[in-house]
Amino acid sequence: MESLSWLQIIGAMAGRFLPVWLALGATFALSIAFKRRLGLYGKLFDSPVGMIGFAIVMFWAFTALFADTIITLDPLSQFSGSKNAVPGSALKAPSEGGYTHFLLGADHVARDVFSRMVMGSRVVLKIAPAATMFAFMVGITLGLPAGYIGGKLDTGLSFLANLVLAFPVILLFYLLVTPEIKATYIPTSFAATLFLFPVIFLVLLLNSRFFTNPMKRNLYVGIVLVIGLWAYSGLAFNADPLGVWSMDPNLLNVFVSVVFVNSPGVFRIVRGMVMDIKTRDYVAAGQTRGEGAWYIMLWEILPNARGPLIVDFCLRIGYTTILLGTLGFFGLGVSPESPDWGSTIDDGRKLLSIVAHPALAPALALMSLVLGLNLLADGLREESLKD
Amino acid sequence: MLKFIVRRLGVMLLTALALTFIVFYLTNLPPNLEKLAKSEASVRMSDEDVIKWIDNNGYSTSMVSRYGQWLGVLPGWVKTLESGEVRGRCIAKGSDPAAAPSYCGLVQGSWGQSTVFKKPVTEVLSRGLSMTSWLMLSVMLVMVPVALILGVLSGMREGSATDRVLSTFAIGSTATPEYVSGVIFVALFASATAGISPILADWGWISGKTLFMGTATSAMDKITFWNFALPVMTIALYGIGYIARMTRASMTEVMTAQYIRTARLKGVSFRQVVMKHALRNALIAPFTVIMLQFPWLLNGVVIVETLFNYKGFGWTLVQAATNNDIELLLGCSVVAVLVVLVTQLISDIGYVFLNPRIRLS
Repeated sequence: MESLSWLQIIGAMAGRFLPVWLALGATFALSIAFKRRLGLYGKLFDSPVGMIGFAIVMFWAFTALFADTIITLDPLSQFSGSKNAVPGSALKAPSEGGYTHFLLGADHVARDVFSRMVMGSRVVLKIAPAATMFAFMVGITLGLPAGYIGGKLDTGLSFLANLVLAFPVILLFYLLVTPEIKATYIPTSFAATLFLFPVIFLVLLLNSRFFTNPMKRNLYVGIVLVIGLWAYSGLAFNADPLGVWSMDPNLLNVFVSVVFVNSPGVFRIVRGMVMDIKTRDYVAAGQTRGEGAWYIMLWEILPNARGPLIVDFCLRIGYTTILLGTLGFFGLGVSPESPDWGSTIDDGRKLLSIVAHPALAPALALMSLVLGLNLLADGLREESLKD
Repeated sequence: MLKFIVRRLGVMLLTALALTFIVFYLTNLPPNLEKLAKSEASVRMSDEDVIKWIDNNGYSTSMVSRYGQWLGVLPGWVKTLESGEVRGRCIAKGSDPAAAPSYCGLVQGSWGQSTVFKKPVTEVLSRGLSMTSWLMLSVMLVMVPVALILGVLSGMREGSATDRVLSTFAIGSTATPEYVSGVIFVALFASATAGISPILADWGWISGKTLFMGTATSAMDKITFWNFALPVMTIALYGIGYIARMTRASMTEVMTAQYIRTARLKGVSFRQVVMKHALRNALIAPFTVIMLQFPWLLNGVVIVETLFNYKGFGWTLVQAATNNDIELLLGCSVVAVLVVLVTQLISDIGYVFLNPRIRLS
């Protein structure tokens, strides 16, 4: 079988991404058609930078979603005799009806680079946004009272946050994400603490809102508590009686460490903004009306801080992606077979000066995703400043 | 001012103690000690032997007391084995137990023994740090001027074409972590099969196979442009974007200030306004950012030294961490934490000095 030329490779890859192009086209057509009715999200489509960023991010999001149909070969299986095959080379023994070429070559144990890169997006996009979300819940739940109440609480929490921020990230990862640590109670107790915050956050949010309407309050808080604690028992302790919620111990360890590293940053931003906003007149008006402290924090201050928080959220997903890559690069946490981008770069770097393509594909993928997120954040910042 | 510095130093000391205790605690967890026992004595040890080894080497006492011993505020442990041999924290192997000091810790200047390198921790660390200081120095020399020039140029005329191009470059560089840019640089400039090296070799422009060297191992003996440029570029690139964006933000803010407009209306040339009026005020914020960039540089150093096989501080840290070399890892964290805290302090004090609007007390 003939090898493919670069032009054919690009054509074939573009063809494989067909579902992504379709989904991307549909998203853009719908969003632009209704952009005046979509608030901040709609305004994003007024800024070219934001649109490019959003397109890149959604490209990877759809790639992760449709990864099963995009991949050409099984990302984990090895094809004998094709070690370090160059991009476009043909398979030695293609299976009946299977794909016949390595689009982006094969790596040092003859696995398909293209399929691993596509599958890697799924690993990254499964962890990074979720971990960032958790970090935000922790940062907001602690940052609001620290900024609003101040005093000893603020001093204590700020000291803890600075403590974590002063830790070199890599040292912390090396201490927390090792097979030895997995055997101790540390990941579980970390998870038990950190995963409690989303439940606390939602309960406080709903309780302060519907405090005056006990019927509704009991219903909403009850639903949150039942679902939240159910998920909590499964995710943190792996003790879900129904077995719906569970997390692989490897993944849990990585997830918890990434959340832990990210939350102090969020805490500092939220605290700073609350200290600024709490001097406004509408907060004083709320206090005069006799509104509760949590109501003011969650329903008066937080919505007014949303602009910078959304921007930071985008940037922080990018940062989390970089952190996950760092973990993979040092071979920490994830299983050695895993196709995530960081570990693939780590696999490829040993032979880098002889064969570059196995490391280059995931490196460019990671870079483009983070770039997309940064551009998106930039566009959002620009548009949110316009109001 | 003095009170402020004393207070900050107090908080710093507390932070350093807390951080080293956390590292001490995590490295001394039972599974880590078991791993250490197996790597030190023999891999095929029975569980009882492991417990015995841990006991005989003083790891079975309470964590807090051992931390105190490591700090040098508690006397080191001494233990007489069944065989009659006297072992202790401060007793070097084969020396006379009676002559050994009773305290030996950080305060006394004894940082312990590295189990991986079989050398005193201070020796390993000072070697690594001297290597890394060259790297850091080169990175700073490249990163700071480039970033400041880029930031000032793009912030000078907000919204101009220069601004657009430079801002896009800055965003791109912050999106490229070291392990990505390192891989791309090596593939472009230091690969015998890809990038520009094969072409240059074909034309006969370079004598070797590659333009730059893919490893920096030879830079440990003699630093040349060809073996050191790629690691330095890799670390610098990530920082450049961030500092440039901060400089740009502060420059655009200054350029819209009243006194700049006044100067322009008086007829001072644009060049003069930028150089004489705007620059100094615009550089206050980036100064803090550059100082706070140090901790992140530390990360970059670890990644780049691993990628380019340059045996400095970052490489030592990775070796210590992967082999659970407790004393060396503690030494590394003391250095790392000190770097972070001292730069924070300098950035705070420097900010006060640079900005006449801030008055303490």
